[in-house]
Amino acid sequence: MSKRTIQLEVLRYRPEQDKEPFFQTYTVPCEEEWVVLDALNYVKDEIDRTLSFRWSCHMFVCGSCGYKIDGEPKLGCKAFLRDYGDNIRVEPLDNFPIERDLVVVIDDFVEKLQSVKPYIIAKEEKALAAGEYIQTPAQLKAFKQYSMCINCLLCYSACPQYGLTNQEFIGPAALALAHRYNMDSRDVGRSAREHVLAAHEGVWECSFVGACSVVCPKDVDPAGAIQQAKFTSAVDYLTSMVGIGGK
Amino acid sequence: MQVIDADIVIVGAGGAGLRAAIAVAEADPSLHIALLSKVYPMRSHTCAAEGGAAGVVKANDSLEYHFNDTVSGGDWLTDQDAVDLFVNEITKELIQMEHWGCPWSREGSGHVAVRPFGGMKIMRTWYAADKTGFHMLHTLFQTSLKYPSIKRFDEYYTSDLIVDDGACHGCTAIEMRTGEMKLFRGKSVIVCTGGAGRIFPFTTNGAIKTGDGMAMAYRAGVPLKDMEFVQYHPTGLPGSGILLTEGCRGEGGYLLNKDNYRYLQDYDLGPATPTPVLKSMELGPRDRLSQAFWQESKKGNTVQGKWGDIVWLDMRHLGEKLINERLPLVRDLSISYVAADPVTDLVPVRPVVHYMMGGIHTDINAATPIAGLYSAGECACVSINGANRLGSNSLGELLVFGARAGRFAVEHAKTVKAPRDALVTAQAADAEGRIKALFKRSGGKQRVSQLKREMNLSLEEGCGIYRDEKSLRDTVAVIADVRARYRDVTLEDKSSVYNTDLYQTLELGAMIECAETVVHSALLRTESRGAHQRLDHVERDDVNFLKHSMAYYNPNGDPRIDYHEVVITKSQPAARVYGAAAGGQAA
Ligand SMILES: Cc1cc2nc3c(=O)[nH]c(=O)nc-3n(C[C@H](O)[C@H](O)[C@H](O)COP(=O)(O)OP(=O)(O)OC[C@H]3O[C@@H](n4cnc5c(N)ncnc54)[C@H](O)[C@@H]3O)c2cc1C
Ligand code: SF4
Ligand code: FES
Repeated sequence: MSKRTIQLEVLRYRPEQDKEPFFQTYTVPCEEEWVVLDALNYVKDEIDRTLSFRWSCHMFVCGSCGYKIDGEPKLGCKAFLRDYGDNIRVEPLDNFPIERDLVVVIDDFVEKLQSVKPYIIAKEEKALAAGEYIQTPAQLKAFKQYSMCINCLLCYSACPQYGLTNQEFIGPAALALAHRYNMDSRDVGRSAREHVLAAHEGVWECSFVGACSVVCPKDVDPAGAIQQAKFTSAVDYLTSMVGIGGK
Repeated sequence: MQVIDADIVIVGAGGAGLRAAIAVAEADPSLHIALLSKVYPMRSHTCAAEGGAAGVVKANDSLEYHFNDTVSGGDWLTDQDAVDLFVNEITKELIQMEHWGCPWSREGSGHVAVRPFGGMKIMRTWYAADKTGFHMLHTLFQTSLKYPSIKRFDEYYTSDLIVDDGACHGCTAIEMRTGEMKLFRGKSVIVCTGGAGRIFPFTTNGAIKTGDGMAMAYRAGVPLKDMEFVQYHPTGLPGSGILLTEGCRGEGGYLLNKDNYRYLQDYDLGPATPTPVLKSMELGPRDRLSQAFWQESKKGNTVQGKWGDIVWLDMRHLGEKLINERLPLVRDLSISYVAADPVTDLVPVRPVVHYMMGGIHTDINAATPIAGLYSAGECACVSINGANRLGSNSLGELLVFGARAGRFAVEHAKTVKAPRDALVTAQAADAEGRIKALFKRSGGKQRVSQLKREMNLSLEEGCGIYRDEKSLRDTVAVIADVRARYRDVTLEDKSSVYNTDLYQTLELGAMIECAETVVHSALLRTESRGAHQRLDHVERDDVNFLKHSMAYYNPNGDPRIDYHEVVITKSQPAARVYGAAAGGQAA
């Protein structure tokens, strides 16, 4: 087995004892096929038990392990050491307060997620005995991509607008999720979500930099979702004007 | 200590916990629910499930078939009343998930599609591409946001259940952001903390699957049932232990040994047809496939890889289009982790610890022997899985029994008077005292990572796919030693905010408790059944062991192992037949 030694520079911050964040460097002997998360776990197990970071699945699906790696938002379990040099810098995601070391406070996101009513709002409740809704593969495809979000928040870390607006902007993943339900043939909740989407912190705040879609590890394409939502939001607005005018 | 009062306290917000919470909210919106989880709900390991959830829905299928597959798949250690109830309720639950928005894969007609799965005679596994658990978990989590009565306590590490006079009154939990311990008081408590695969070194289970809830219930006096039955999944990626779903084989993938030979035909699973036939070859049950790997390895027929023995999973003949459509995650994982593209390459695989058939003893209402304490999901043992779970039955299990746990917890809550305050407070203070003592302990030389490694390796070596008396006795000794040295572990991190040194230390304690029930139950079961294979007792012994093992906590030594009758209603124990004799349909 070929070994390689890397210098892992990790941002440390323990609110009870550190006045401000600082970098701590660990020398880590690595296996060739490791990801950055494996190197962090090596540090935790063998060198320094005081380092804290979130992780669980190690298969890029739980969304816990978003860190900034060499300046870019990445999943620690999907960042292969083979793609990096021998000095790797790991920091917490941008745009969220640091709770401790690589752990960030995500309350704001969780609230935003809830605010878009991310659940089916059906026309009328269908009895279970009546079986499933019919949904063709084409109808499924219309929203499927937007249902793939693992809430890893890489996109919020990359989004300039979320930072600039002081977290006012509702942000890529929450908007993509609202769009996911709006596009679902079983859902009629678009108007219930509209006040959030069309508010000034909603879709209109996005300046279409597209950084979110670039960093997304699941190809959710939140930027595309926001563009589509802007379009439907504009149409809704116009239709409502016409509606009022016609009365 | 801050006290938080709720009517129903739910520990764990994975598939089972979320389903239970929604069931409570729907049964009685006036009840206050406290839903605790050591990770944000969407991080729960249900998200990792790939393949699907079984439920009878197509015209060619019947409840009786699903019942029979499950009972024989479990080598008759299943409780047949529980299986009956399960196969009757699961389809309704899956339709409910559909109504809540779960993006099930569809047929051209717009009806849900089903796929073949190991040990199932008919295609009945509902799926959402190869991310079924992920979609189920997010659907449940997002749906749960509709109900104002569900109050979440995310990143709260639950340490102990509060049990007094045969009844459960709540739990203590540490808010991870502050390190503060809080007392949650409830009339009913539901434990949905998931499995314990992390007690083994090589596992598909995420970091959080450390058996905390099993250990809490065990310490509180509830027996852990059938813990010796540990499922190895036949196709894990070597090195990482990442799972390649059974869907790979359901879609038609082959398992090949070093001579590119489909070796399963030598183990009563043949004949080797080019396209999959249900209950045959690669679609045999997991225990049999993992055992065949072990036999091949003894015969020198496996490939020596950098990570030890492997065999090949061959999906090349499925074609790029099908692989992209139905197994996109599998392709992604294989390319990333072992540099093999299933479209063009053979993918190296080996058996990997996947699922605990055993767990917290409950009846078919998800009730434990302690009044007011319920449990559902992988941490519970009801038991529909017996000696070997069929793939795609546990996503269903967490829905059916999660919902039942919720409903019966509501019924129970109506009957409860307030608990005896003083006793509850005293117990909570004890729990806090133990954590404080851990912080104060100093000078110990034992490292959490070292103890965990010793426990892990010893279980794999002595209590793996095949076991015998000697290997089990060795493992018993190692676990006892690890347990003794654990008392000397010292925290290196003494801070309060998100102290993962503390939580990993507590998790190791839980894992050691689970491990001792696994190995002691295995030692005393001198027969071979399902996933428990003894080289020194190779036959199934229905006279002495058609019984559930029940491990009881003993604070001063080895667990006490007792036995409990298996419920048999309509299917008498018989030989398990796979391959040609099983009469499975073409998949
Ligand atoms: C890779 C993989 C693939 C699988 N594929 C399939 C499949 O295709 N079909 C199928 O049927 N089954 C499959 N399974 C099995 C199935 O996914 C699991 O058995 C099931 O999801 C477990 O759900 P759960 O709700 O019981 O637990 P989990 O989803 O693991 O949730 C446990 C919850 O408990 C919480 N918790 C744990 N300890 C504490 C504590 N101390 N304090 C507070 N909270 C705590 C956690 O935070 C979490 O919220 C698969 C399993 C794996 C690992
Ligand atoms: S949209 Fe992509 S980057 Fe953003 S949270 Fe979801 S998965 Fe992560
Ligand atoms: S650990 Fe789950 S996404 Fe990385």
